[in-house]
Amino acid sequence: MSATLWRGAAERLRANSAAVAAIWLLAILVLLALAAPALNPNSVETLDWSRVAYAPGMAHAHWFGTDRLGRDLFVRTFEGARTSMAVGLVAGAVSLSLGLGFGAIAGYVGGRTDYLMMRIIEILSGLPLVFFVIFLTVVIGRNSYVLYASVVAVGWLTMARIVRGQTLSIRRREFIEAAVAGGAGPVRVIWKHVVPNVLGPVAVYATLMVPQIILFESFLSFLGLGTQEPHASLGTLIAEGAGEMEAAPWILLAPGIFLALLLVSLNVLGDGLRDAFDVRETA
Amino acid sequence: MSAAPTVAATERAPPILRVDALKVRYALDGAEIAAVREVSLDVAVGECLGIVGESGSGKSQMVLAALGLLASNARTLGSARFEGKELLGLPLAALNRIRGSKLSMVFQDPMTSLTPHLRIGVQLAEVLVHHAGATWSHAQRAALDMLERVRVPDARRRLRQYPHELSGGMRQRVMIGMSLMCEPKLVIADEPTSALDATVQAQILALLREVRAQSGLSIVLISHDLGAVASLAERIVVMYAGRVVESAPTMELLRAPRHPYTSLLIECAPSLHRPRLDRMPSLLGLPPSPRDAEIGCAFAPRCPRVTDRCRVQRPPLRRIDEVAEVACHHPLAP
Repeated sequence: MSATLWRGAAERLRANSAAVAAIWLLAILVLLALAAPALNPNSVETLDWSRVAYAPGMAHAHWFGTDRLGRDLFVRTFEGARTSMAVGLVAGAVSLSLGLGFGAIAGYVGGRTDYLMMRIIEILSGLPLVFFVIFLTVVIGRNSYVLYASVVAVGWLTMARIVRGQTLSIRRREFIEAAVAGGAGPVRVIWKHVVPNVLGPVAVYATLMVPQIILFESFLSFLGLGTQEPHASLGTLIAEGAGEMEAAPWILLAPGIFLALLLVSLNVLGDGLRDAFDVRETA
Repeated sequence: MSAAPTVAATERAPPILRVDALKVRYALDGAEIAAVREVSLDVAVGECLGIVGESGSGKSQMVLAALGLLASNARTLGSARFEGKELLGLPLAALNRIRGSKLSMVFQDPMTSLTPHLRIGVQLAEVLVHHAGATWSHAQRAALDMLERVRVPDARRRLRQYPHELSGGMRQRVMIGMSLMCEPKLVIADEPTSALDATVQAQILALLREVRAQSGLSIVLISHDLGAVASLAERIVVMYAGRVVESAPTMELLRAPRHPYTSLLIECAPSLHRPRLDRMPSLLGLPPSPRDAEIGCAFAPRCPRVTDRCRVQRPPLRRIDEVAEVACHHPLAP
């Protein structure tokens, strides 16, 4: 995977108008999540008892309305989005590093080590994860580390498989052999020669993994296993909103629309990247 | 063609590389494949040894085994000593201190032997940083010097380029430069010119000759191309079916080959100086499969001088005069 490949991929990505639109949308969403709460005088926790389940409007400070406890939905939606994005990014990065290390070692070392490592992956992916998360929550209690850990537990498995596959496809290439003949040990070969050369396809998968993670976090939070009150994530907000859907649809709509936009933009970007790298051709 | 006046003088010194009764076997689907049946050879200090043989004769397998570069399902027996130190079974860390610094290798395909994502300069400098603990700035300067030494034009600009921006010949120059970064005692070049155009081949061989004249290092040059080897090596070892069949100084070997296989190999080499023939001479038949058990001389089925004895008794490699060794019951007269 050479520098030209990255440059060429960047050019192809720029030519893809859907992907460019997705990047802009993503930038706007990130900016909103970071900056928007500051625009509004309300805080995530403040209860406004005079305006409970208030409809959205510009006439008062609750631009997106309030929930049934009178908390401002404008602030909560973007705060929730911030949490969801943070989980997506952090858990995504951790899954990526874990999967990259594990997959590259399994693929490069090969033989019995590879066999054993891949069986571990299979056993882990066979575990019923939601049950596992409930179990962890019961044992450790609800905190954000359990949430991150359980999200990572899903993410890294597929990443490890993908990296291993890519590693297998390059491990018999001459430049790897030349590096070994040049006196590079396994650690050095993996770090300097294998990992940089599998990064292209891995980057594509990583962009597609982040929305999966965000969705999974939302799913856990929706079930009440994730983010804890008074903090919000898109999942908890949607869960709350779903309960009041008939009486106060805006409680569901604001976080729902944000989540939908976020997932669509990430997926379109991922698809664009996949086309730009044309993984099938270069792998 | 350089005859070597120094060989006789250095012959008494301990060899830089001594391969002794080296065997390489693969266990594949229950069958045993003998990639190298048994090879012994010495490379003297300052010598250039050529190893010639058909595809599958085990010439590459032999050196890869010595360097510990074989696939994990290979079994290596025997001994390979570099500067008197046994390489086989050496712990990886110790092996890695030797590989790439004192003993380096140049591979066949320069198009794919350089890591694609790093600049030429970085790849060259890294060898020195990794093996000699040099500082980056020093290594960068050394990389530039090396590119100039292997005659890469516009070296300063090339340093900043990626491998794909260079032609095959340039890349092979870079590979040779990389193998020389730590001033090795021995360079093993495995078919270094086979993937290149004829004119570029000649340039690369000239470069190897020049490098050798400058630094006095030993070279093992492996090729199926007798002509390429003869232009550089003082001594040639001919391999057939995983064994050495003849070993002699280049001039002797070309002028008066003793083994019928060597003789046929020389006849088969295309030459511009010979009158045009209707058919290129070629060796009939195929070398024996490395899966088969060895009975008699491996070359017997294709040999014009074959007798019943050859079919049942394998000829050992024996010294037949002060310079040559041959494994044949009926060697050709000099």
